[in-house]
Amino acid sequence: MVREIRLVLTIATLLPDLLGTYGDGGNGLVLAERARRRGNDVRLVTMELGDELPEAEIYLLGGGEDGPQRLARDLLIEGSFHARVEGGATVLAVCAGLQILGESFSVEGDDEFEGLGIVDVRTKRARTRSVGELLVDVGGRALVGFENHGGETSLGDGVTPLGRVRRGRGNDGNFDGFRSGSIWATYAHGPVLALNPWLADELLQSVLGHALEPLVSVADDLYNERVAALNSR
Amino acid sequence: MTTPTPYWFQPALLETPPLSGAKVLQKDQPPPGWSFCVFRLVSVKSMRNDLSLRDRVAIGGVRLVNVASRVLKRGSGTVAGGQIGLLVSPELLKKLARGRRTVLVTGTNGKTTTTAMVGAGWGSEVATNDTGANMLAGHVAALVGSASEHVVLEVDEAWLADAVSSIEPEVVVLLNLSRDQLDRASEVRQMAERWRKCLAGPGGETRLVVANANDPLVVFAASDAARVLWCDVPTDWQADARSCPRCTRALVRTGTSWHCECGFAKPTTLGVTLRSGLVIHGREVPLELSLPGHFNEANAAMALAALYEVGIDPVVAVARINAVRGVAGRFTRRRWHGHTLELLLAKNPSGFDALITTVQDGHQDLWIAINARIADGRDPSWLYDVPFERLKGHRVWCLGERRLDLAARLEYGGVDFEVVDDPDLIPVSPSPTALLANYTAFSEWLERSDSC
Repeated sequence: MVREIRLVLTIATLLPDLLGTYGDGGNGLVLAERARRRGNDVRLVTMELGDELPEAEIYLLGGGEDGPQRLARDLLIEGSFHARVEGGATVLAVCAGLQILGESFSVEGDDEFEGLGIVDVRTKRARTRSVGELLVDVGGRALVGFENHGGETSLGDGVTPLGRVRRGRGNDGNFDGFRSGSIWATYAHGPVLALNPWLADELLQSVLGHALEPLVSVADDLYNERVAALNSR
Repeated sequence: MTTPTPYWFQPALLETPPLSGAKVLQKDQPPPGWSFCVFRLVSVKSMRNDLSLRDRVAIGGVRLVNVASRVLKRGSGTVAGGQIGLLVSPELLKKLARGRRTVLVTGTNGKTTTTAMVGAGWGSEVATNDTGANMLAGHVAALVGSASEHVVLEVDEAWLADAVSSIEPEVVVLLNLSRDQLDRASEVRQMAERWRKCLAGPGGETRLVVANANDPLVVFAASDAARVLWCDVPTDWQADARSCPRCTRALVRTGTSWHCECGFAKPTTLGVTLRSGLVIHGREVPLELSLPGHFNEANAAMALAALYEVGIDPVVAVARINAVRGVAGRFTRRRWHGHTLELLLAKNPSGFDALITTVQDGHQDLWIAINARIADGRDPSWLYDVPFERLKGHRVWCLGERRLDLAARLEYGGVDFEVVDDPDLIPVSPSPTALLANYTAFSEWLERSDSC
C-alpha cells in the first residue's frame, strides 16, 4: 500500500526589514493563500535580521532602500542562499531584490557594489528615477505593476527578460526583469502577485509540478481593471 | 459623544478673532466683498515696516490671487497666492517670519492635528496654515494672512530644511517618520538624513527640537541638533525602523527601550514622558483629550512640550487642547443619506494601524475608502503593509477608486468584505459607522456629507 505523503510547501520572505519597503511582503501572503485554497499545506516563514536562511521551496525578495539593499546582499552572501538556488529553489525577486541577484549594482552615487552573482545581470544607476505604472507583455499576457527605482539593468548573454515593456521603463525601457532557471525577477511592485494572479499561479505550478484548478477571486476583477486602465491610457 | 463643532468656529482654536486677512484664507467661508478685498490688498498696516516695495507688491500679489481663486472657486487659493508671492520676492518668507515666534510641526502622521493643538494651546491668535497647504507657498499665505507674533505651521516632511532656513523657528516638532507616498517622497531613511543635516545646521543654539524618543528614525534625525527635548510618547509603528537608521544593523528592543550595537540608542534624558500620565519637565499635566486615539495623546504631549518652550504653562494649555474636537473634518461625525459616519483620515500603514486600534472595538462594520491620486500616492501597494488581518470578524465595505485593490488585500487577509460600486446601496445602520479614508477619498466624503 502506498501511503500518500503530503508535501508541505514552505514560502520564505527574506529580510522584509531591509527589502520590504513597497508592500512586497504581500507576495508571500498571496502565494500562501492561493496554494492553501487549492488544498496544499503551506508554511509562510520570514527571515528577519539576524535569522539563519530558512529551508524553503520558494524565496521572496522585495524592494528596499539603498543602504538596506547593500546589507541584504551582505547577509545573503554569507549563508546558504546561493546553494539553495543552485539546488533548484524558486525565487521571486522584485526591484532591489532583482538587483542584488546580479553581478553588480550601483545605488548611492556611482559606487558599484558586488551582487550575489547568481545571475549574469548588471545594474547601473539610471539618469532619472522611474516612478509610475508598469505594463509588461509576458509571452502574450499582460503583467501590471508599479515601478519605483533608479536602476538600469542589462542582461548578460543567455539571460531571458521576463517580458517586453509596454508602459513604464522596467530594466531599460525595452524589457522588464528576467527569467533564469527557477528565478523570476521584475521591477513591478503592487505587490506584483496580488495584481497578477496568473503569475502567482504560474509560480506555484512550477514548484508543485502540476496544474492548479482555477480559483475565482476578487483579485481577477482587480487584474482585469488594472489591465484595462493601463491599456486605455 | 456630543456633536462636534467645525474646527474653524471653535473658540478654543481661535480665542480672539483672526485679522481680516486671515479670514480670506479660511476654508469653507464665502469670499468677502470686493471693496473689502481691495482695502486688504493695498493695506500693509499689519505688516512690519522693514519690507521693501518689492515685498509689498509680493504681499499684494498673495492676497490678490487668494481672493481671485476663491471668487473663481478654484480652491482656497493659499498655494497659488503663496507661489506668486515667492516668485515676486524669493526672500518673502524669511522677511514675513522675522521677529515672530514660530513653531514648526512635521512628521508622517499627526501634523495637522498637532499644529491645531499648538494653535489652540497658545491661547491667543496664531498665524497658521490650517488649510493643509504645508509647503513654502502655504507658509507665505499663512504669514500674509495674519500678522500675529505667534506662528505655528505644519511642514511637509520634504520641505523641512527649506522652511527651517527661511523661517528660523524657535521650535521644531518631529512627531514620527514612516513610509508614506514613496512614489513622490523619498524613502524614509533619506528623509531622516535630510532632517538630520538641516537640524545640525546653522541656528541650532537658539532652536529647540522636540523629538519623539520612541521613533528611531526621528532620534537619528535629531541626533546632531544642539538642543533637543526628547519625548517618551507611545509609538506603535516600528516596521520602518527595525534596522538601525545609522548603520542598518538590527535594532535590539528590550521593553520600552532600544539600541544598536553601533552605539545608537534611545535617549535617556527624557523631558516629556507619557505612560500612565503625562509629565512635562517633572510636572504632571492632566491630559483628557476630546479627540480619540492614543496617537493623539502623543501629539498633544509634543504640542505641550513645544508650547512650554515659548512660555506657555502646560497646565493652562492642556485645558485648551483637551477641548479640541474635530480638526479639518477629521474625527468628526457627519451625516450622509441617513447614515451617521465618523470620518477618520488615514494615509499610510502607520496611520491605518493606529486607527484600526481605535475603531475595532466599537464597530462591527467599517467603511474604508481608498483612492490613488497624486495627493494619495499613486501606488496603493502600501495596503499590504497595513495589518488588516486585525479586522477579522468585522465586515469592511470597500469604497473609493481603488476599492478592488482594497478588496483583494482583505480577501487574502481573510477579512469579510463587500465591494461597493454604489454607496447608496449600503444598508443604513442605526449606530454610527466609522469611515476610514485616505487623503482625496476623505476630502470627497467630507464634501459629500453634512455636519451632524
